[in-house]
Amino acid sequence: MLAFNLAYKNLLGAGLRTWLNVSVLSLAFVLIVFYNAMIDGWNRQSRDDTQDWEIAQGQYWHPDYEKYDVYSLNDAHQQLSEQTQQIVDKGVLVPELIQQATIYPQGRMQSVLLRGIPKEQEVLKLPTDCLLSPNKPNVAIIGKRMAKAAKLQKGDAVLLRWRDKNGTFDARQFTIAAVFNCDVAEADQGQFYVDYQLMQEMMGFTNEATLLVSKLEQNPTIDHWTFQSADRLLKELDDLINSERISGMIIQMILLMIALLAIFDTQVLSIFRRKKEIGTYIALGLTRQQVVGIFTIEGAMHSLLAALLGAIYGIPFFIWVNSIGINFGSADMGITIAEKVYPYYSLRLVVLSVIVVLVSSTIVSYIPARKIAYLKPTDALKGK
Amino acid sequence: MVCFCTLTYAQAASEIMQKIDKNMSSDNRIVESSMTIHGRRNSRTITSISYTVGTEKSFTEYLSPAREKGTKMLKLDDKLWTYYPANDRIVQISGHMLRQSVMGSDLSYEDIMDDRKLSDVYDAETESEEVIDGRAIKVLKLSAKVDDAAYETRRLWVDTEYYLPIKEELYAKSGQLLKRTTLSDFKKIDGRWFPMKLNFKDVLKQGQGTDWEIISIEFNGEIPEYIFTKGALKK
Repeated sequence: MLAFNLAYKNLLGAGLRTWLNVSVLSLAFVLIVFYNAMIDGWNRQSRDDTQDWEIAQGQYWHPDYEKYDVYSLNDAHQQLSEQTQQIVDKGVLVPELIQQATIYPQGRMQSVLLRGIPKEQEVLKLPTDCLLSPNKPNVAIIGKRMAKAAKLQKGDAVLLRWRDKNGTFDARQFTIAAVFNCDVAEADQGQFYVDYQLMQEMMGFTNEATLLVSKLEQNPTIDHWTFQSADRLLKELDDLINSERISGMIIQMILLMIALLAIFDTQVLSIFRRKKEIGTYIALGLTRQQVVGIFTIEGAMHSLLAALLGAIYGIPFFIWVNSIGINFGSADMGITIAEKVYPYYSLRLVVLSVIVVLVSSTIVSYIPARKIAYLKPTDALKGK
Repeated sequence: MVCFCTLTYAQAASEIMQKIDKNMSSDNRIVESSMTIHGRRNSRTITSISYTVGTEKSFTEYLSPAREKGTKMLKLDDKLWTYYPANDRIVQISGHMLRQSVMGSDLSYEDIMDDRKLSDVYDAETESEEVIDGRAIKVLKLSAKVDDAAYETRRLWVDTEYYLPIKEELYAKSGQLLKRTTLSDFKKIDGRWFPMKLNFKDVLKQGQGTDWEIISIEFNGEIPEYIFTKGALKK
């Protein structure tokens, strides 16, 4: 307790020097918390969005279906069994039929993935109810990215060309019934949604699907379908976000190193200038290790003051950012990221950041303080 | 009587189609040609030499421009490989890549792959008779008789002297016109008439289409068998 009292008084006595160190360290602390909160916020929003718009609680894939292998699409479809159809009828599974097609907006040729999805489904947020159009037989919905790339908007007509199950070309004019605003690039870019029944008729299939989107977390085994859990489907997103986290850590480390260097410098200077004080402590009966402890605590207390200072200006800043979000513009980067990302501050993140800053500042305070152990009390009292 | 007339009309159309096949198809042929692709800003011409045996085997080597020189394509039945000299790699073209355009032209890989005889795939009927540029033309409507025809219907404007179409239109199942080919400059080679100039146009796309001009053509010439192997692509 004596060490804490002494360290506290010494720190305050150092005045501006202490506050400069504490300011730099608090900035590092606030930025570390903020950056990681942004990454966590992005992660949470992207996972939620991907589940809401694309994968729900998981998907059952046709055994030949590979999401990133368009070669697999032609043959990756099969008829729903009676048992599967019963689950679909309960609204637990949503069948999707995926094939390749081409659209010709304003005379330009553009490859698309044609997705047949039941218009009455409620598992995904896609506005499939817009596919119910009694007046127009051929309607489609597309995402904002797709609309931008194809220069299409709601109400526009576009010619769609595809090949049926026998490979025969067919083509029809489709009207864009809705352009949805979705942050999941994979559910948007290059995707052209039509009604599931209409697509069966277009392709010449009878109740065939490429995949089944599941609403429930507990998923039973369905014969001839391979279940892909939400975590597995989100792995690539997690990997991408983690790689961002790692690259961000490098910048955080540099910032922290600058702050720690300032503490280290201060400690070296303190020990050089306060030799008489060190000698007095030893003369008063404190062991060398106790004196080392006083100086180490003094250095480490920079981090506690930094946490306090950081909290004073950081908390209002965090609250303000959380109320407005960080705007990423139209977010047309091909990755799942919301237009506005809201940082997510977890207790774990704050505690972990405090520990990292506290431990690292304690270490850099201890390293120069070790020198005290080798000082002769008589020399120290003379200031040598 | 009406039925008899219709039958005779259909037979006549079928005969015309067979005569077109006789002109256009051969056991083998060696063709040197140039393909001019008209872009928005400029046009570019690619020359190539092709060796074809029946409808199963085909080998094409691009001769110019320098950027495309040495690129080769091999078709064996329903498989297609392309060799790119720049990276010394053979790539199999399959799946969605078959739907992509060949060198930016209005022809897709699928179009050049599907070269079955018309009479093997379609039933024909004569729709009308016209006179175009002073020549007697019969308009044939071809309807697919097999399930796997790429185009459900075609319409051919056939010159009844040469038994070659001067124009061909390809339709989707819905009746939507998809592609148009214009054939001209008919020449008699080895006892058959053959178009020396063709223009392929994807009517859904903007642009002037792709011109294909035959520089030289030889029917039933000698083509070494080794040319239709993947090994020949790298030679």
